[in-house]
Amino acid sequence: MPRFFLIAPLLAVLMLAGLAAPAAANPALETLISENIDQIDQPSRRTVEPLVASIAATGPEGLALLQAWADRRLGLLDGRAVIADGDALTDAATGAPVTGDPKMLRPNSGVRSVIEAALAAGALTDPDPARRAAALDSLSRSADAEGLAALRAALDDPDPALAARKARLERLLTIRHDPDSAARVAAIEDMAGDVGLDFRAALNPLLATRRVVSTTEPQGNIADELSPGSKDLPREAAIALLIQEGALDPALTPAEQRARLVANITNGSVGGIPVAQLSDPTARDRAYEALEAAGAVPPAATAAEIDAALETHRFFDLYAEPDPAVTDAAKAAQIRAQVRLAAMQGIDLALDALSLASIYFLAAIGLAITFGVMRVINMAHGEFIMMGAYTGFTVQTLIADRTLSLIVALPLAFVVTFGAGVVLYRLVIRHLAHRPLETLLATFGVSIALQQLAKNIFGTQARPLTAPTWLEGSIVINDVIGISSIRVAIFVLALMFLALFLFIMKRTRLGLEVRAVTQNPGMAASMGINPDRIAMMTFGLGSGIAGIAGVAIGLFAQVTSELGQQYIVQSFMTVVVGGVGNIWGTLAGATLIGGLSKVIESLNPSNTLAAQTFMILFIIIFIQFRPRGIIPQKGRAAEV
Amino acid sequence: MTRTPFVLRHPSVLVVLTVLAVFTAAVTAGSAAYGSGAIPVSMIKLLGKTLCLALAAVAMDLVWGYLGILSLGQMAFFGLGGYMIGQWLMYARTETIVAAQLAQQPIPATAQELQDAVTNQIFGVVGSSELPLVWSFAHSLTAQLILVLAVPGLLALVFGWLAFRSRVNGVYLSILTQAMTLALALWLFQNDSGFRGNNGLSGLQNIPGLDHVGQATLSVWFLWASALALALGYALAAWLVSGKFGSVVRAIRDDETRVRFLGYPVEGFKLAVFTIAAMMTAVAGALYYPQAGIINPAELMPIASIYLAVWVAIGGRGRLYGAVIGAVIVSLLSSWFTGGRAPSIHLPGYVVNWVDWWQVALGLTFVLVTLFAPKGIAGLFDRLSGILPPRRHGRDLGPDQGALQEKEATA
Repeated sequence: MPRFFLIAPLLAVLMLAGLAAPAAANPALETLISENIDQIDQPSRRTVEPLVASIAATGPEGLALLQAWADRRLGLLDGRAVIADGDALTDAATGAPVTGDPKMLRPNSGVRSVIEAALAAGALTDPDPARRAAALDSLSRSADAEGLAALRAALDDPDPALAARKARLERLLTIRHDPDSAARVAAIEDMAGDVGLDFRAALNPLLATRRVVSTTEPQGNIADELSPGSKDLPREAAIALLIQEGALDPALTPAEQRARLVANITNGSVGGIPVAQLSDPTARDRAYEALEAAGAVPPAATAAEIDAALETHRFFDLYAEPDPAVTDAAKAAQIRAQVRLAAMQGIDLALDALSLASIYFLAAIGLAITFGVMRVINMAHGEFIMMGAYTGFTVQTLIADRTLSLIVALPLAFVVTFGAGVVLYRLVIRHLAHRPLETLLATFGVSIALQQLAKNIFGTQARPLTAPTWLEGSIVINDVIGISSIRVAIFVLALMFLALFLFIMKRTRLGLEVRAVTQNPGMAASMGINPDRIAMMTFGLGSGIAGIAGVAIGLFAQVTSELGQQYIVQSFMTVVVGGVGNIWGTLAGATLIGGLSKVIESLNPSNTLAAQTFMILFIIIFIQFRPRGIIPQKGRAAEV
Repeated sequence: MTRTPFVLRHPSVLVVLTVLAVFTAAVTAGSAAYGSGAIPVSMIKLLGKTLCLALAAVAMDLVWGYLGILSLGQMAFFGLGGYMIGQWLMYARTETIVAAQLAQQPIPATAQELQDAVTNQIFGVVGSSELPLVWSFAHSLTAQLILVLAVPGLLALVFGWLAFRSRVNGVYLSILTQAMTLALALWLFQNDSGFRGNNGLSGLQNIPGLDHVGQATLSVWFLWASALALALGYALAAWLVSGKFGSVVRAIRDDETRVRFLGYPVEGFKLAVFTIAAMMTAVAGALYYPQAGIINPAELMPIASIYLAVWVAIGGRGRLYGAVIGAVIVSLLSSWFTGGRAPSIHLPGYVVNWVDWWQVALGLTFVLVTLFAPKGIAGLFDRLSGILPPRRHGRDLGPDQGALQEKEATA
């Protein structure tokens, strides 16, 4: 007994709390539920929409019911809708707690999408900006005329970004769903010139066509009349269309003719013609005609019949959209979008080309220095690039922090390859001075030895050189223009090296001496410069830069022992096209080669091999007109 | 004055041809088809291929050792020769097989059907069903034999004309030749260039119409053909470089500008030698690939041509027999070491496995040869026969008293 007195006030408090909850009594909803209880129980996607709309219109309780319905938390108990929240049950219309075992509803996905669209329309005016944004997302995915109406009613938004999104979505939905053609044309014209994917996606269904064969001009919005044999409608396609429409008997393919002849062999001959003669196509035709005359095979369209059918029929593309004003506006807007798109793709291509050019520049700059000063082609240059990349990889295995390891790897790669370059110079190249072809071969020997050594030490599998997280990802400007951060970093690195190189050459003692030796070694020597030391330093410098280029390349390519080989030919090309002994020439060469490869690649993106082939052909022809490169060396050194 | 016969003026030609004849006779005597069978068929094929490589090396020596052009694209011609003969071998053989299949059918095939079936068989692998234009002559042996010479010759002529006309020389020219072979290889790698992409041409070891002759006999026939081609090529090259023509060619190598000022059409000489060498290389390739059995575009990559230069350099350039010696020795050594048959060297703590270390050794040997023995192995023969430059150490370089001293000349 005393226990009852304890529980009774508790229940009262609970009931009061239930009444105070947002789901207060809502008579309109209550009637709606009781009138449509069957449909709530067994909803169908096609018919549920008005019901959902009227439930949503009853206010927050209606929306709560819809939310529960969509979440499969709505149940039916004694002809009333109840919302389950965990174990607790509340009446959807009155908000009163109920007890019992309701029949839970499991609406299918079609019904749920209808409910969610209605909810989204309600959520457009939700006080929470995040929920408004989510509602816009949902609306842009699945929208219809009602969604458009709801959006129009809720265009005002305190958040300017959301207001802009709403305005944009309203225009897009108008293009798709507004019944009034004039409004749609206005919306299309408003947005013309936009290159967003959503706008282009909205235009595409308007411009969808189907192909129609007819002897007269068909009803409907005609996009174009095609003549058979043109680029858009090849003759074969036109014939196939006629056959499909039943306007023409299927033509006889040689394989079918053969099969039917084989089926009609009697006593070693077909249609009176001996089998042995049937290796001749005209004999086969005669045999078939004989069979056709006898009625043994179905008639086949002759060339004359095909010509006649093509003559009498006309081919049209019909828009699915009936209103010509809309399709005209859409067509114009699409052309404008395509033009702007092409311009933006051009910018994107230029960015790509720029990044490729900086890679070639980095790879070639060392080669250009050594070739300019000593007239020596270092075939092992590619292996120095590889050495730099492997140095980066080794550092990364020792230092876990990616940023720190990169900071250590860059100077270390320089030091390692600088040393390798100096050793190569002292041991080999110095003894082959004035014999450039033999230097080329000797350094090639070094190159194959180094490549195999790298294979023996690091194995043949590709080693990853991972970029720090701040270099991952990419800088995206819009749907079309985007560039990965690593490539930007490499571009910056190339600029830094250009500046560093210019500083060393123009502002330091070493640079002065290098320039003197490049111009005239004998005279430089008589002025007290040691050409041997200068040559060694430049060779070391060039190799060191190759090492740093190796680290940079390793960040986006796999590090293998063949890494250098992939860049060496392009580096040679860069030097040859640019002209030796001049940093600006190397820059021009790298820009030309990088830009041209990207342009050729964009013309035929599926075939990168063809791009490389054409690139090399272009260089061979280019050399015809400027044998000494874009910026040829002037003065005495050029005559050697 | 009577002219001394060519052979007496150049006894090395006679020596080389005799050695070649003896070698061929010895291999034939050891073959299974015509002799004791001591030499396995694969070995005979390897030797036959080596003779073809030697012919390519002779051509390379003409271009590099005598004309002074370090062509790093010589194997492009070798590969093209192989592709040209390979087209006929593959087409004719496929045609025989397909014709036999079609004969089983109730109606005899038309010419078009036969060709379509052959095309399907050959190009199905690259997803094409039309016979590419470049295969128009593939049915005819005569036409393809002409193309073996014509295509590489024409390529060399056009490329050489473009390059020599604009006075590209030295390392520039080397890089350009390398670019040429790379471009060709990349083009052949494409499926739509009509040469079956990276599948290449295969089954070339089966000679159409000679199915009844076994591989054992065929390999000896190809060895004979290769030896004959090498002999003829060697004699032609020796004859070319021996007379006045040869003098001009060597003069161009030593100082092109001076020869031009003397009134010689330098470009014409260069073009002639370059084209002849390209055609010789193509013949070598046309004999090589039927013995190898398969050709693919990787064979045209620049690295192959650089190895050719390595052989010639190690053998000794500027000496035709040097090229032959270099090609034979280095290519046989290479296949021995990389074939895994060479015994490993057991060092304390490390086992030198030749499959891994041969490339390193070859690269370093090459550097050493370039540094210390620029004349290569042929230099040894020079030393034996006493052809050495006069020792002039300490003397004046010129006839006058004021002439340069040796120590002054080195700066």
